[in-house]
Amino acid sequence: MLTEKRVLLENIDEPGLNTIDVYERHGGYKSLRKALFDTDSHALIEMLEACGLRGRGGAGFSMGKKVSFIPKGSQDKYLCCNADESEPGTFKDRLLMQKNPHRLIEGCLIASIAAGATHAFIFIRGEYELQADILDAAVAEAYAKGYIGRHMLDSRRSVELVVHRGAGAYICGEESALLDALEGKRGNPRLKPPFPAIQGLYQGPTLINNVETLSNVPLIVANGADWFKSMGTEKSAGTKVVSVSGNVQNPGNFEVELGVKARDIVYDLAGGPPEGRRVKCWFPGGSSAPVLTEADLDLAYDFETMAQAGSMLGSGAIIVVDDSQSIPGLALRLAEFYRHESCGKCSPCREGTNWTVKMLERIENGDSTPMDLEIMAQVQSNIIGNCLCVLGDSMAMPIGSMIEKFRPEFEEHIEDARARADVEAHAA
Amino acid sequence: MTQGDEGAIRAAETPAGWDRAVDLDADPATIPDPAELEVPAELRAEIERRMALYPDRHSAAIPALTAAQKLHGWCSPEAIAQVACVMRVTPAYLSSVVTFYDMLSDQPVGRNSVYVCTSVACHVKDAKRVYDAIERAGAGLSDTVIREFECLGACDMAPMASVNGRFVGPLTEEDAPAIVDAIAKGEEVLPGRGLGDGGRG
Repeated sequence: MLTEKRVLLENIDEPGLNTIDVYERHGGYKSLRKALFDTDSHALIEMLEACGLRGRGGAGFSMGKKVSFIPKGSQDKYLCCNADESEPGTFKDRLLMQKNPHRLIEGCLIASIAAGATHAFIFIRGEYELQADILDAAVAEAYAKGYIGRHMLDSRRSVELVVHRGAGAYICGEESALLDALEGKRGNPRLKPPFPAIQGLYQGPTLINNVETLSNVPLIVANGADWFKSMGTEKSAGTKVVSVSGNVQNPGNFEVELGVKARDIVYDLAGGPPEGRRVKCWFPGGSSAPVLTEADLDLAYDFETMAQAGSMLGSGAIIVVDDSQSIPGLALRLAEFYRHESCGKCSPCREGTNWTVKMLERIENGDSTPMDLEIMAQVQSNIIGNCLCVLGDSMAMPIGSMIEKFRPEFEEHIEDARARADVEAHAA
Repeated sequence: MTQGDEGAIRAAETPAGWDRAVDLDADPATIPDPAELEVPAELRAEIERRMALYPDRHSAAIPALTAAQKLHGWCSPEAIAQVACVMRVTPAYLSSVVTFYDMLSDQPVGRNSVYVCTSVACHVKDAKRVYDAIERAGAGLSDTVIREFECLGACDMAPMASVNGRFVGPLTEEDAPAIVDAIAKGEEVLPGRGLGDGGRG
């Protein structure tokens, strides 16, 4: 029986943890003092690289490496915390910000010191009003205590921190679109390179990290790189807050060491599918991850294994789909999401998402033939890798995986819908 | 699919006015003159406070428009002109921002909002039925926008909705009348079943 390993979520249910007094009582802001007075940015970067912390937002890139890419020098540098958690199925950052906002703030400040940034921004999605209000209050408390601002804690460092609310756009979770949105423009992704580490916000070097990644930083500074490395697997170190949702009896956030069996997360922690139902497929990392089947539940839940299985760990959100659900119907709803959220800058994504929705609607309406599946699969492969960002890929990969793994169901669905449409046409 | 055009592809809904010709002879709107345009003092103060937070004042566009929308109910031409006047940017620039984001509206909408999540995680929990029930029950509700919304990040409460920014769930079809009733009376919707209620998170 798998149990949680609570590191990030330790004391998460304690009332008042979102206030600075309680946070300080739990040793809060000690890591910031350590980063300011007992070490330097060089040692901090080394520690972050050595601990093996990988980005928790989706890409899984080494955080320490990302910091080390930021050029040294006296130019203005920035830190952006990506709190635009919009990936369907993901709600871990919401919990971290709502319950423990000060740890995120402390993480932002330490990362700013490591990167040499003087301005830090937390870009939170506009729909998270409750969490943004809590963060605003926490930032004000930290300013009042001198943790943030000019000459923080009477040191020579200065970091300003602003909570910036978005206005509802999934694409703003893409790092370069986030930068455009933060600059007050439409949130369109940028051409890369140059990467944000070289030329990001206001053309300055910018470090962008996810909420969960940054929340890990104070713990790593407090306990050391070896402590962090001792958890998880060799290449996927640490714990992960996994959001489990969909057809499970006990949906929620669960913190586990990376590398545990996915089946244990779904059954032991989230209670498994409702009585009498079986897992039909599951998304291992939000709705952008290609679906895996029931048999894949026995795989280890970490970055490498999920990639080897043809999917990805992504944001660490498991969506379980049981055998009462229709895959073509699920595919249509999924495609509609990406059509709505495509920013329209690149043609393969704008047109590809649109036509995929239309083709799936045709299936539902009984207007298509099994040949359409070929065309649809082809459209998906023409999107992948052909756009500035991965939004189009994020639709193409799961839809492609559904057609591949559930082709007989699609074919049956097409025939059934055609037969139904015929009956209706004769009746009319 | 509508009757009579079987096999045809249904076009996506187009925004109002998309087929109206643009007046190419008109000069583009310039930055409104502060001497001619009156901006409510509170809105001006809020926008100025926001601009001061960033190294570049343009960054305040989204927060400023959000504040203006709160005051005017939607991003009306008047609201956009007021923001443009304080921020010293053209109204066209702000329009481009408004039309991009889901939470900013360039059409008059109700002041109350019910966003029902029907994204993947809610979809597998029959969210569409909940949405249909709320939409039916709320047909006569004035000053309220009821719409399907993409993932709101509360899949543990699925199916759920955001009512005036407050997350409530899990919902069933039977909750629809109570939700509509509370909005009509201006009361809190489904007390005790919201995110953050009684330490819920």
